[in-house]
Amino acid sequence: MITDTQLELWEVFMQSKPGANYIHAGSVHASDKSMALQNARDTYSRRGEGTSIWVVPASAIVASNPDDNDLFFDPANDKVYRHPTFYVMPKDAKAI
Amino acid sequence: MENKEQAIEEEILINFEKKIENGDSIEPKDKMPDGYRKHLIRQISQHAHSEVIGMQPEGNWITRAPTLRAKQILLAKIQDEGGHGLYLYGAAETLGISRSELIEQLHTGKAKYSNIFNYPALTWADIGAIGWLVDGAAIVNQVSLQRTSYGPYSRAMVRICKEESFHQRQGYEIMAKMMAGTKEQQEMAQDAMNRWWWPSLMMFGPHDSSSPNSGNAFKWKIKRHSNDELRHKFIDKTVQQAQVIGLTIPDKDLKWNEKTGHYEHGAINWYEFHKVIAGNGPCNKQRMEHHIKVHNDGKWVREAAEAHRLKKERQN
Repeated sequence: MITDTQLELWEVFMQSKPGANYIHAGSVHASDKSMALQNARDTYSRRGEGTSIWVVPASAIVASNPDDNDLFFDPANDKVYRHPTFYVMPKDAKAI
Repeated sequence: MENKEQAIEEEILINFEKKIENGDSIEPKDKMPDGYRKHLIRQISQHAHSEVIGMQPEGNWITRAPTLRAKQILLAKIQDEGGHGLYLYGAAETLGISRSELIEQLHTGKAKYSNIFNYPALTWADIGAIGWLVDGAAIVNQVSLQRTSYGPYSRAMVRICKEESFHQRQGYEIMAKMMAGTKEQQEMAQDAMNRWWWPSLMMFGPHDSSSPNSGNAFKWKIKRHSNDELRHKFIDKTVQQAQVIGLTIPDKDLKWNEKTGHYEHGAINWYEFHKVIAGNGPCNKQRMEHHIKVHNDGKWVREAAEAHRLKKERQN
């Protein structure tokens, strides 16, 4: 017996032009990957917004916990040597 | 125990309001007060339902559009409205409510949709008036909501606003064409104007002086402009467009206020507004019956899709 559902939730990522980053566009409902792809195209790219789409089952996405942000995203400001401005360039050297 | 829970609630509220104060946006996994979550679910789902129910008065005219060009445009517009409904359902779902629950709330009447769609689209000029006035009013509201504090809602609004301006223009074009046509066409356009003007003003909701839901909505930056501010913005923009094509605003008390730089409108019939909200508008019953019927008619499609997935999984 199959019960009536609104199908699974999928997250949609779109590349606006070749070479660009894939950016989260929104979500769709679909029963499988080919329906998810088709729904994503119809919902998020009616005006040429994308040249490539990824769809991912929402249940497969792992997200960081905002409560851990301070620790997790600690900017490590004490590690100044990670930035190019930390280094002293010889007086006449040109930057590459 | 209760005190401890209360202390946690309070801490959540303080941190949340600090973020709001800073102008940070709130994301689905952030801790938020229950009131914020509830307000957003109510507002976003109402917005989503409005997009979807709004497809009905226009869908009614697809087969009767006067030209192939008009038919193509109308189809594209209605498809957009469906898409906008989906963006918004998606945003609402990030708050922990399922699509099934959202639809059930619509069908049981727990969730509302915009009153405006309980009016019928009687002539082709109504399609013009809906695009020009109804979408015009919606845009004013949606532009303001692009800066709402909840991230997924704000992002849906940005996407919707990009698409809505074509809707407003196609409606205005229909009205302009009819006003440049025969006497009968001009009368038809004016008649549509007369019927849609006041309901469009009502779309912005009660006057600020009697708006029950706006206290926290402003504090938490869900709402960024008041009902009356948005209504004025719409009127100022639309009166000029009406004048250009020769339409008369059906409000004998409408006058320009030199001091405020806005038009002042006559009294809105709030009795009618509340009557329609309470379910006694011309099309309330028809709109809901249609939505329920289509939802039930589509049941076998969803079940078949599910069966197909299960079959595929077994094969792999």
